[in-house]
Amino acid sequence: MEKTIQHNSNKVIIAENLTKKFGNFKAVDNISFEVERGEIFGFLGANGAGKTTAMRMLCGLSIPTGGKGLVAGYDIGKQTELVKKSIGYMSQKFSLYDDLKVWENIELFGGIYGMKDQEIKQKTDELMRVLDFESERNKLVGSLPLGFKQKLAFSVSIFHNPQVVFLDEPTGGVDPITRRQFWELIYDATSRGITVFVTTHYMDEAEYCNRVSVMVDGKIEALDSPKNLKKQFNANSMDEVFQQLARKAKRVDS
Amino acid sequence: MDKQNIQSESAISCKSINKKYDTIEALKGVSFEVERGEIFGIIGPDGAGKTTLFRILTTLILADSGTASVDGFDVVTDYKEIRKRVGYMPGKFSLYQDLTVEENLNFFATVFNTTIEENYELIKDIYQQIEPFKNRRAGKLSGGMKQKLALSCALIHKPSVLFLDEPTTGVDPVSRKEFWGMLKNLKAQGITILVSTPYMDEAGLCDRIALIQNGQFLKIDTPKNIVNQYENKLWAVQSDNMYKLLNDLRANELTSNCFAFGDKHHVSVSSEQLSINNLKETLDKLGHTNIEIREIEPTIEDCFMQLSQK
Repeated sequence: MEKTIQHNSNKVIIAENLTKKFGNFKAVDNISFEVERGEIFGFLGANGAGKTTAMRMLCGLSIPTGGKGLVAGYDIGKQTELVKKSIGYMSQKFSLYDDLKVWENIELFGGIYGMKDQEIKQKTDELMRVLDFESERNKLVGSLPLGFKQKLAFSVSIFHNPQVVFLDEPTGGVDPITRRQFWELIYDATSRGITVFVTTHYMDEAEYCNRVSVMVDGKIEALDSPKNLKKQFNANSMDEVFQQLARKAKRVDS
Repeated sequence: MDKQNIQSESAISCKSINKKYDTIEALKGVSFEVERGEIFGIIGPDGAGKTTLFRILTTLILADSGTASVDGFDVVTDYKEIRKRVGYMPGKFSLYQDLTVEENLNFFATVFNTTIEENYELIKDIYQQIEPFKNRRAGKLSGGMKQKLALSCALIHKPSVLFLDEPTTGVDPVSRKEFWGMLKNLKAQGITILVSTPYMDEAGLCDRIALIQNGQFLKIDTPKNIVNQYENKLWAVQSDNMYKLLNDLRANELTSNCFAFGDKHHVSVSSEQLSINNLKETLDKLGHTNIEIREIEPTIEDCFMQLSQK
């Protein structure tokens, strides 16, 4: 399929006046932003601010009712299947199949993304080595501790080498040490050119992002590097920045 | 409460509780006491055993060994008494999705032989926030509103002990602060609260906490005492290249460990040989620029990481 819209290859995500209405309710209200290749982009907002809806549109799972968006060069309104092929996704809620073994999960996801058997086999060996997971290879994913599971889920989400990976609260409930190891995996992925789009409720993690946006009532109220945001809001931490912005929310949904 | 058991001073008492699921040891010899009127936090990651402990104390499952009492009543022999006098908000939303807000609240009031009116004062501050939606089905509420309804339902019979299993998981930082404000108000009304959370920054809002990992308590104390017992010096370090800095700090033989903490790295230092100036010089030689190092007070998360690595 031809790419129908011109895009700058350094911008992996482009949103222009992106909007999603449910009836009269504007879940996402005219948001515009760009994400550069290899960037870690933090997508913050209170519960109900519209993050999930925006993320679903960017993943090709929900069609915008207004504006447009390009992900990996594909139109999120018209080329949803191509979008899905070019991205990775993981969340706290859905990551891997508990009743499949570690290697079976990897093979399943690699297969879904159309990878060749030989490539899957070779990359699985490599992954087991990097994660120091050799002795877990034949274990059911359900029997692994949550921290292991989340690290594996992230590795599986970028197994097919997507241009961008969407992470929806990937570290919720994970112990503090594993949470930090998880972020080291994220850094490693970006060093290989993978772009990371991540939501989190841990404000210390917002500091690890190159740039951060904060959504309030469907709109992006602030977007900059953590350093600049702290300066702009005269705050000592991203938590303070977030508290200042999110308290402005008018939606009853809190 | 008419039938208070005066033998026990504690609101909750646990002695050597063990629980196994097949081969997995969910709780390994857990003992602790919660005093009346305390907010007691069980703090630890998913899978540490928090929910198992809550289920044993709310008489939903039996421990393999050990004893426990709630409000002076034994969790095995007096389970019916306990059920009358505790409120329980499970981690998973467990109200009737196809009943309205008001119907849910009415249901729970009726089950406990009371009415909304009788105990309205207790839930007023919380319930008023969702009262405009009292005719909406519970399943159609947002996360924050569900949480408020669940808390109202857990309180409607004026329990003496309130069990809250991860009430703030997945909730944004602003709503989390609000929620803890509500707990403070409940404490002021004399309700004992046992609350679990994976968010270490919530520890400071409890009177006392237990840090839990792999079915064991690492420590039980006030948040302040736990911080005071941190064993090493702790420095916050910054430079222009934070990723390189992390690796360089870890490679330094005189540091015990180093973790990223927001825009700084926290370095734990046990050696007397290393001073802030020494480290600055070393980092300078490694090519770091704009180096800043200062001694800081540990957070509960620093303490948890130190204790969990022992």
